[in-house]
Amino acid sequence: MSSRNGDNTARYQRLRPDLRLIADMVRPGTRVLDLGCGDGALLDYLVHAKGVDGRGMELSQAGVNACVEHGLSVIQGDADLDLKDYPSDAFDCVILSQTLQATSDPKGVLAQMVRIGRRAIVSFPNFGWWQVRLHLLVCGSMPVTDALHHEWYDTPNIHLCTIRDFVTLCERIHIGIDQSVSISARGKARAFRASSRLANLFSEQAIFLLKRG
Amino acid sequence: MIAPNGHDLRPPVGGDLPGHRVLLGTDRPLKLDSGAEIGPFAVGYQTYGKLNADRSNAILVCHALTGDQFVADPHPITGKPGWWELMVGPGKPLDTDRYFIICSNVLGGCMGTIGPKETDPKTGEPYGLAFPVITIADMVRAQKLLIDYLGIEQLFCVTGGSMGGMQVLQWAASYPECVFTAVPIATAARHSAQNIAFHEVGRQAIMTDPDWCNGDYLRQGKRPQRGLAVARMAAHITYLSEAALHRKFGRSLRDRGNFSFGFDAEFEVESYLRHQGSTFVDRFDANSYLYITRAMDYFDLAKEYGGQLANAYENTKVRFCVISFTSDWLFPTSESRQIVHALNACAANVSFVEIPTDKGHDAFLLEEPKLHATFTGFLNGAAEHRGLR
Repeated sequence: MSSRNGDNTARYQRLRPDLRLIADMVRPGTRVLDLGCGDGALLDYLVHAKGVDGRGMELSQAGVNACVEHGLSVIQGDADLDLKDYPSDAFDCVILSQTLQATSDPKGVLAQMVRIGRRAIVSFPNFGWWQVRLHLLVCGSMPVTDALHHEWYDTPNIHLCTIRDFVTLCERIHIGIDQSVSISARGKARAFRASSRLANLFSEQAIFLLKRG
Repeated sequence: MIAPNGHDLRPPVGGDLPGHRVLLGTDRPLKLDSGAEIGPFAVGYQTYGKLNADRSNAILVCHALTGDQFVADPHPITGKPGWWELMVGPGKPLDTDRYFIICSNVLGGCMGTIGPKETDPKTGEPYGLAFPVITIADMVRAQKLLIDYLGIEQLFCVTGGSMGGMQVLQWAASYPECVFTAVPIATAARHSAQNIAFHEVGRQAIMTDPDWCNGDYLRQGKRPQRGLAVARMAAHITYLSEAALHRKFGRSLRDRGNFSFGFDAEFEVESYLRHQGSTFVDRFDANSYLYITRAMDYFDLAKEYGGQLANAYENTKVRFCVISFTSDWLFPTSESRQIVHALNACAANVSFVEIPTDKGHDAFLLEEPKLHATFTGFLNGAAEHRGLR
């Protein structure tokens, strides 16, 4: 993570591809809140490589401690409960990567995100991906994939959705979609139109740049 | 006494304390929350490390109720190591090779700063209860005068635990432009009813000791040592945790296998508390204990800002790192969380870490690697932003 004198280039090259795609959507020097920031890999990159004023929120205390030990501004908190404290327009961008499906109120979280941020970036594993569909069809058991690697009985993912489900929800709660990027199983990223049926079938994961509708 | 340029005043009062002493409030007296004015008044302080050329590496450490300025050198009375030697020193989180550390004895204290045991110039006698009641904000005002005197415009960090943390919160609210980072540890933005209740037990122990003499004991050549010791014993329990007491003492008996069927200090824990009480009275003034506990009781930062803590930090640029401990029941994590919620409400830059430990409130003074790693990391990150080497 961040080092005072070290060369950070190699470290940033190891940034997970989906996190790199999210980072590319963030404008340099802006004010960013990363929800569910984990060990702070994305936040660290945003702060040091893109010069953003970055903050993080993380549920696990171990994750928070690791982040703060590396000089990142992170609080222990729960996206389901703690977003209401923030004033509107507090951030230029609020990020929720690979966490939406683990929130207990995804609709409320999305609404809060576009309230406290002018923009929001959300990424999630796509339950409409053909391999997931096939797994259920052929095996008759809950799908376990690279992006969804938990068994049904120990998964934190309680609100899984497809790209189509997500787009429908955004329309319903008046959230605009500025950009949508699909990530294939091989890690290939491609922009797509939110209404695309093919994207829903062929994306293992999806990233959306959102704005208030 | 005092050099023409206002420099060190070597103390005639309180013995020959090491460290520095300065006379402040010489231009005009310091106006206190109570309306009273004091000044000129002495402040005892200690420094470690070197102030850099642009005076940007200063860290103010605020001490707790019974602490003092001797953060990292042997205590002049007890000879024990400084109270935060684990935290302050070369290569430690508050690295004296990198930062200039300042700690001053609080207003109302008894280690070189003006307090009830010092001589009232009007009467030539110790102030006793004639000393004005002070608040946390008053303590911070006095510290601000010291920082001005030292020629420091902005402190890189203000930190402290417990009552020290209250001062940190007050600093960030009263003088935000003078604080780059604030690290309040094991503290609260207001003193809880339960904590006021514990303080009252301590004060009653002192005030019902016949040797307290209505606060006039110094003039009468007495000292309410029993009362002060009991106050310390009661308070000391609140600094620990059930788990820590059990781990340290359990139900062990001293020097014997069976009960003696009497009231000597039979249990290890009793003997430990008695020891804590009896050593405390050697280094602390009973009236100071009354005044400082009262200052903590009065502390309610939101009250100054229309009842909303967030108002205290509107548009603040201060970077906060709030730290609490899982087993601290005196200043529980919920108190820290309230501070964090208020800071979130003004979108302030805040980190919040709860350290898992069974050592209770006193954890901030003890060997807690997670605390030290957090503090080091936070300061490193902040130093990068401040452009400190």
